[in-house]
Amino acid sequence: MSTRLATGGRLIDRSRQVSFTFDGTTLRGHPGDTLASALLASGRTLVGRSFKYHRPRGVIASGAEEPNALVGLGQGDRFEPNARATTTELFDGLQAASQNCWPSLDYDVGAVNAALSRFLPAGFYYKMFIHPRAFWKHVYEPFIRHSAGLGRAPAVEARDPDRYEHFHHHTDVLVVGGGVAGLQAAKTAGESGLRVLLVEQTGHWGGRAPVDGGTIDGKTPEDWIGDTLQALDNMPNVTLRLRLQGAGLYDHGYVLGYERLADHAPDAPGPRHRLWRIRAGRIVTATGAIERPLPFAGNDRPGVMLASAVRDYIVNWGVSAGDRLVVVTNNDDAYRTALAHHRAGLTVPAVLDARPEGGGALMAEAQAAGIRVLTGRGIAQVNGTRALTGVEICAQAGEGTPLETIACDAVAMSGGWSPVVHLWSHCGGKLVWDEAAAAFRPDPDRAPIGQDGASNVIAAGAANGQGDLSSILKDAEKAGKTAARDLGGTPSDASAPDAEQPAEAPLAPVWMMPQGAPHALRAKAFLDFQNDVKVSDVHLAAQEGFESVEHTKRYTTLGMATDQGKMSNINGLAVLSRALNAPIPQVGTTTFRPPYTPVSMGAIAGEARGPLFQPIRRTPLHDWHETHGAKWEPVGQWRRPYCYPRAGEDKHAAVAREIDATRGSLGLLDASTLGKIVVKGPDAGRFLDMLYTNMMSTLKPGRCRYGLMCSENGFLIDDGVVARLDDDTFLCHTTTGGADRIHAHMEDWLQTEWWDWKVYTANLTEQFAQIAVVGPNARKLLEKLGGIDVSAETLPFMAFAEGQLAGHPVRVFRISFSGELSYEIAVPAGQARALWDRIVDAGAEWQITPYGTEALHVMRAEKGFIMIGDETDGTVIPQDLGLDWAISKKKDDYLGKRAQARSHMTDPDRWKLVGLKTLDGSVLPDGAYAVTEGTNVNGQRNTEGRVTSSYHSPTLGHGIAMGLAHRGPERMGEVLTFMRDDGKTAIEARIVDPVFFDPEGAKQNV
Amino acid sequence: MLILTCPCCGVAADEIELAPGGQAHIARRGPDSTDAAFEEYLFLRDNPRGVHFERWRHAMGCGKWFHAARCTATNEVFGTYPAQTTEPPQEIRDRIAERRTDQPKDSRA
Ligand SMILES: [Zn+2]
Repeated sequence: MSTRLATGGRLIDRSRQVSFTFDGTTLRGHPGDTLASALLASGRTLVGRSFKYHRPRGVIASGAEEPNALVGLGQGDRFEPNARATTTELFDGLQAASQNCWPSLDYDVGAVNAALSRFLPAGFYYKMFIHPRAFWKHVYEPFIRHSAGLGRAPAVEARDPDRYEHFHHHTDVLVVGGGVAGLQAAKTAGESGLRVLLVEQTGHWGGRAPVDGGTIDGKTPEDWIGDTLQALDNMPNVTLRLRLQGAGLYDHGYVLGYERLADHAPDAPGPRHRLWRIRAGRIVTATGAIERPLPFAGNDRPGVMLASAVRDYIVNWGVSAGDRLVVVTNNDDAYRTALAHHRAGLTVPAVLDARPEGGGALMAEAQAAGIRVLTGRGIAQVNGTRALTGVEICAQAGEGTPLETIACDAVAMSGGWSPVVHLWSHCGGKLVWDEAAAAFRPDPDRAPIGQDGASNVIAAGAANGQGDLSSILKDAEKAGKTAARDLGGTPSDASAPDAEQPAEAPLAPVWMMPQGAPHALRAKAFLDFQNDVKVSDVHLAAQEGFESVEHTKRYTTLGMATDQGKMSNINGLAVLSRALNAPIPQVGTTTFRPPYTPVSMGAIAGEARGPLFQPIRRTPLHDWHETHGAKWEPVGQWRRPYCYPRAGEDKHAAVAREIDATRGSLGLLDASTLGKIVVKGPDAGRFLDMLYTNMMSTLKPGRCRYGLMCSENGFLIDDGVVARLDDDTFLCHTTTGGADRIHAHMEDWLQTEWWDWKVYTANLTEQFAQIAVVGPNARKLLEKLGGIDVSAETLPFMAFAEGQLAGHPVRVFRISFSGELSYEIAVPAGQARALWDRIVDAGAEWQITPYGTEALHVMRAEKGFIMIGDETDGTVIPQDLGLDWAISKKKDDYLGKRAQARSHMTDPDRWKLVGLKTLDGSVLPDGAYAVTEGTNVNGQRNTEGRVTSSYHSPTLGHGIAMGLAHRGPERMGEVLTFMRDDGKTAIEARIVDPVFFDPEGAKQNV
Repeated sequence: MLILTCPCCGVAADEIELAPGGQAHIARRGPDSTDAAFEEYLFLRDNPRGVHFERWRHAMGCGKWFHAARCTATNEVFGTYPAQTTEPPQEIRDRIAERRTDQPKDSRA
């Protein structure tokens, strides 16, 4: 069983203790522990259950590659699933819970899946859950949802209380990975004076070197790391960050960094995570390498670990994996683990070296220490039910006949090392197969490229396939120099440090142990521990014709989810290549996708949550609305009052009161959100003739005209009133949501099509407020305010005047969207509130009533005025809406004219605008469809129209609606059948004129 | 995430500052055009794996439209140039020819 050793542990502070809980049990560790090292120190070999078979699983690795020890952290609002115990730094009060087990880790009901595993091979779900279709919803899906899933999602009502932020950073050189290679590369690049950012995902510098030993410039790796850090600290152009992972690499030197500032110190002030959005001229990936497991039967049992991890736990945290450790390997590196275990005073009963000739100097050192080394041997299977009791050894060359049983309580395995090529590959960097190391490494001739077409990523050290300390440091020094020179810097002529390590014998690839393992053993040999993919699954996929590695990945789930092939990739590919009898480079790799390890949703959201999610645009009258009880309606990014309910009034009653007051006496509307775009220049009229369907160039200064704007496709995109301020100047009003879009539309055509036309545009939407004074008493109110002559003769309908009103500079437009006598008063934004207050005071004698967007909508619908976004949806042309009167017949051209002549647009069978009045006076459901006889090819009821706007009209006392109906205007008086939301209940409505109220326009022409 | 240099204001702009506008150098077809010509103008676009001339707007910057020559496969950018032109400038074509022997010299494809 694993335990804490009496001495050792370079990263822990033995003088202090911290306590934490695992599945409710209180345990203890030291500052500097990871959750994994503390669990192992407490004898917790079993830490979770696997995803598919619910097999017992223990810690297998010591870093980000850990596939098994995923836990739920924290509780309530701070609960987080799928945290890696190996990268979770311990703190006092940490709460962790195991995953994928029920009712408990020790007695898991789902483990029955394991017994049934021979019935759950690769592709099982695809094959099994197809038929019968009805079973999917009621039987299969609930079963899969209950039994599958990695961890559980936080509770729906949970609200993350922590703070997150984004950070933008520009640098010349980014070095990812703070091992000796990263430190050396950063130092070399930094000496050129360029800006360098060096990031390391863990909480300490130096990577594996202090654990693996050797000397650098005659110093211990630890001393060299300290000196190099000191040198980097002294360079003002170099920035160092721990706990910051280079998570993803994207186009043109864009890198996402994931910094975990407070996960190890939850009480620290400031944000919990930070997402770094980095732009770098050159990126050095010094991301190290990950050790591969060996595929033998039972390699997923708790107690079987990567050899490097066993060594890390001893050296870094003073934790032993067990008392008796069997080491199984195909390379020399694992002998370091045997020696570390031996030096800790524990027993290594045997090193099983799959290579017939064994290893080099390190093997000799182990033998000299009295460790028994068996060459050409491997593990046939692992013994023990709950705890590991021993291994059966066999000839690697054979089929698994047990030769001997060796008692042990832990196994350290090493299948060689795979360079971490994730970042290199994220953005298209290609790999080459390194026969000697039996690994894919970055191909420098096919690196990711920047915008100039030059390679912008340089792999360094172990991440570049370098094995021993000396070549790692030389490679890193070269990478630093290349990065600096590429960017025009001059690196110093210092050379790479001299490093010494025992020479190593070549590795021998082992893709199955023993090489001739029968199916029974292959079906227990795991490739992907996280997704429960075994050697036999890959064989089955190959047998069933999944020859592409990408297909095999999806069929078997190999390397999916958070693993992203960190541990499983090469072994899986190798097994597939053997099954297909094709060389590994030909089989290729699957795609590595960012992020390297999961990034919290909080970090991705950053500050963009709650009120900061998006900016809110407020009109100059916002505060008045707020204090007068407005119910808000979001319109784009604007907030507009929907209505102003009084005490005891619901919204419906408030809207009815606002309409009655406006039609009966005087209403007041904040119309400031309307878009206001000035179009100016000698060619302004000509330009607007192209943009609007109407003729705008003939508009006289001082007059207004309602205009329609179409896209080049012919579809109606916006409408509004255009006022001609003078010969060269037009003011174009757009819809509330349309100002920015229409301004961009204008600029697009001006800049890219008619760039020689003399026209300028300016979007003045926010510079002016607009106040609509509406109702039979509107003129009296303006006369009372004093200023501009607003008499019917001087200021007729569709005219405007410029001058003063109550002492404020204004432009008064006599236009109406309600059918009432109406003036829209434009006033500089800064004076809007003062004028509004004067209007409210002066209007008291006519019971002036502010109204909101809903009253506006109802009144415009009563008048049959269309609304962009209600009557239009991007497929509607003005001709569909009976707006032919607003389309100039005299113009040769306007945007949309040619498209509107296309055969489908002139088809008399189009759906066209009508009014709809229910036979019983009720309100039609918004968006309801009119059904007709028969069904379409999909078996759905045929339709002949739909509702586009529907309201209760308090003026008329019944429901009113507008809609589009097949040949609608030709069918006045016909009754259509609409379906309610339930799809069953019908509601009948008669086709009527869309103008329900005051069709002669008597009320506005006074 | 791309970086394109706006030829109007000279800023090397991050993609988040930019709005894409599709294929560049499409001649407008008006009311006199045939159905086939209008269809081509309105709907038919190249989709090359290789050099593409495209429209971008420095939307969160100076607001100006410009054109970029970019390889859709590698994201290599051969240059940006003002939108007030009906065809790629010679200088851009030369740069493409220099970098890409597989591309026809005055490729508009
Ligand atoms: Zn610009």
